Amino acid sequence: MSELFHEWRGKPIDEILYECREMVEDTSFPTINRWREQGNKVAGHFQVYFPEEIIDAAGMLPVKMRGAPVEPTSADSHFGSYLCSILKTSLEISLDKRVSLDLFISHPICDAARNLAAIWGRNFDYPCQILYLPQNPNSAHSATYLRGEYDRMKRVVEEVAGRKITTEQLNNSIEIFNTNRKLMRELYEIKRSTPWLISAEDAYSLVSLAGLIPRQEHNQLLEAVLPLIRARNNKPEDRIRVVFEGGFCEQPPIDLIRILGRSCYLVDDDLLIGLRYIIEDIPTSDDPLYSLAESYIERSSYSPVQHDNLKLKEAMLLERVKNANAGAVIVAAAKMCEPGLEEQVTYTYALDDEDIPYFVSEFEENMSSFEQLEMQVDTFLENLLFM
Amino acid sequence: MSKVETNNGSDIVGRGNRDGAKLFRDWFTELNATAESGGQAAYVFVMGSFNEILKTFDLPVVFPEINSLQTAVRRVAHEYLDEAEDYGYSPDICGYVKADVGTQLRGGEHPMGKIPKPSLVVLTNACNTYIKWSEIWERMHKVPMVTIDIPGTRQAGQQTSVGSRDFENDRKYVEVQIRELIKTCEMVTGKKFDIDKLREVLGHANDVSRGWKRIIELNKSRPSLFNALTDGTIYLGVANGFRGTETGSRYFNQLVEEMEYRAKNGIGILPDELYRLIFVGVPCYPIFRRFNELFTEWKGTFVNSTYLWFASGGANRGFEYDLNKPIESLAEGTLFSVRDAMDSMFYQEQTLKEMSEDFGIDGIIYHPIKSCRTVSTGLADARRKLNEMTDIPSLFIESDMMDRRVVSEAQMKNRIDAFFEGLASRRKRD
Repeated sequence: MSELFHEWRGKPIDEILYECREMVEDTSFPTINRWREQGNKVAGHFQVYFPEEIIDAAGMLPVKMRGAPVEPTSADSHFGSYLCSILKTSLEISLDKRVSLDLFISHPICDAARNLAAIWGRNFDYPCQILYLPQNPNSAHSATYLRGEYDRMKRVVEEVAGRKITTEQLNNSIEIFNTNRKLMRELYEIKRSTPWLISAEDAYSLVSLAGLIPRQEHNQLLEAVLPLIRARNNKPEDRIRVVFEGGFCEQPPIDLIRILGRSCYLVDDDLLIGLRYIIEDIPTSDDPLYSLAESYIERSSYSPVQHDNLKLKEAMLLERVKNANAGAVIVAAAKMCEPGLEEQVTYTYALDDEDIPYFVSEFEENMSSFEQLEMQVDTFLENLLFM
Repeated sequence: MSKVETNNGSDIVGRGNRDGAKLFRDWFTELNATAESGGQAAYVFVMGSFNEILKTFDLPVVFPEINSLQTAVRRVAHEYLDEAEDYGYSPDICGYVKADVGTQLRGGEHPMGKIPKPSLVVLTNACNTYIKWSEIWERMHKVPMVTIDIPGTRQAGQQTSVGSRDFENDRKYVEVQIRELIKTCEMVTGKKFDIDKLREVLGHANDVSRGWKRIIELNKSRPSLFNALTDGTIYLGVANGFRGTETGSRYFNQLVEEMEYRAKNGIGILPDELYRLIFVGVPCYPIFRRFNELFTEWKGTFVNSTYLWFASGGANRGFEYDLNKPIESLAEGTLFSVRDAMDSMFYQEQTLKEMSEDFGIDGIIYHPIKSCRTVSTGLADARRKLNEMTDIPSLFIESDMMDRRVVSEAQMKNRIDAFFEGLASRRKRD
């Protein structure tokens, strides 16, 4: 099987990062199409988290369906008004066959997204499934239930892949993903400790590629790139250290991330958090499905779409701010995103209580004008600098 | 079913609406008394209220969805929405949530009386906003929030059934969560769980489910016996608020009697019924009566709706609990019923097709709303599919269930008039 993303090979770090950005911004999704051209199958899973190890173990490519900065010309007539963009553009790139799938899976993360499996099922012939991750992770039975749900999903994947998944294959995929998660944690450690070594949009592009190429290939990329980033001679600047919160589902345009990164150091964020949701290694075992299930409940991050009595989201945001030694937070939400907009209120009251400055904003993945927002953010940050 | 007293026709006809309205007032009077005395109450939702468990502990139940819609019907919703938006909530989130936040910020002051504070919050995942909404109370009132996760249908046409590996995985999960809820109720109320009392409550709930299913079936009559949008909302209020009570049981037994009487004597809800319609979505509460009149003026009436389906938590399925194994059966019944409620929102087209045939439908009215993405997100796509499957005319009108700023009566009227003109010319042609 040949490499899906090879453009970065043999180039210096600045050019590698340029190629990564180009690939992430390419709305023709070259890596997915190259994978298909090699005769392989693709499973698209909608935001936020999915146990991609199950798809990987079946020899399929797990693709994170996270919308795209495209006009939903065909998809628009399938939806009403008052909806976020990511739903429409995810359907758009499927309807116009930029992304051809063999399996689509969504999780009821929000009221809108829980409709997606039904909508997909009415428009495509391949299986369109819902994975019910537990919304009551505090039940003593939730890990056992989730193990059963993962087993069901494994059978669905096996049917589509046309082959059985062995315990050994699943453990092997878990190890690949553990390595990947470790490398992404290292990337975020660079962001937190030496943010001048990598720009916000470059770090984002590196993470984003994980949803577009096989994880083993992504590991090779990160293993090559991280030492080169650490070896850069960039000098630190006097900038406010900021956490960006609100990118758990619909993604802001890379241009927006770039603009924010020009004004401050984005030292941590929840962008594409689903790809980084498990925060420790998942143990390999005789029952890897249980290991995956237990890790989702016991060793995971947070987002506005999961309630857990043991993971108060505002407390976890404050912890993220503290760990990143950040001086301010951008509390963003995608337009029309019910959970994001509701969580904004909680976050801002919690930040008020801790006297942490914040900037509240909304974004849309295909927005193209940033002047006003840039001016507002700059004003906010300048105020902090001279406080 | 308990034997009901036989009345003469004049007492029977309209009794469901009269008694339903009275029960509703009584319910809010009791909630007011609970609030004034500082008594305990549980906050619950219509799609899986677990009234069965809560009534076993004598906990009064508060349905914030019903409180919120009442502010819209009484035309004061905007005051509550404004307060919530001033507090920080976006104009683009669920209006029910914001009206409730306004109510909470006012210390429970509501047009129907004072709403007690919660001692406990019980919710399902049938609507994700239930979770976000409950988190607000959890933070505001520092009370336990118990989510009962009800896994739904995973793929169109692939509902699992009793005995299958996947169904049993779901059923066991729900059962354990119910047992955990019982423990929480014991802790909150200080009362010991009484399984015989649960049996009694389940028996009453069975009467409500049986009655609910029966009245919907009876509305196949020509002329139709009740308006699913207006009368149906009154019945829904009783079905939710009085589920598991002797009062609810008696009400539904009598409602079935009324509907059977009407059917036998050909007493319809609308004189000269011309068009039989299905309503898909959530009612337009800011102009509740007027919205309905826009249809009845053309002699059109709603004989069924998906609202009667999902807002009753799937009671339309008529699931009856096995009193010999109450908790296991409650788990199974909740799983089936709430799953059905979710199916009515996400996988509705096949059932709408069958409903159209069974009820002799002339048209389907889709009413997606800004406030509720659970119900509304898939409606345009589902309508496209139904158009492929049948030749039943349909109308798609968007507004809101709470926010009068996005309700344009004139625009609606134009579209509804045009729809009926189309139905009339189609009828002439046929």
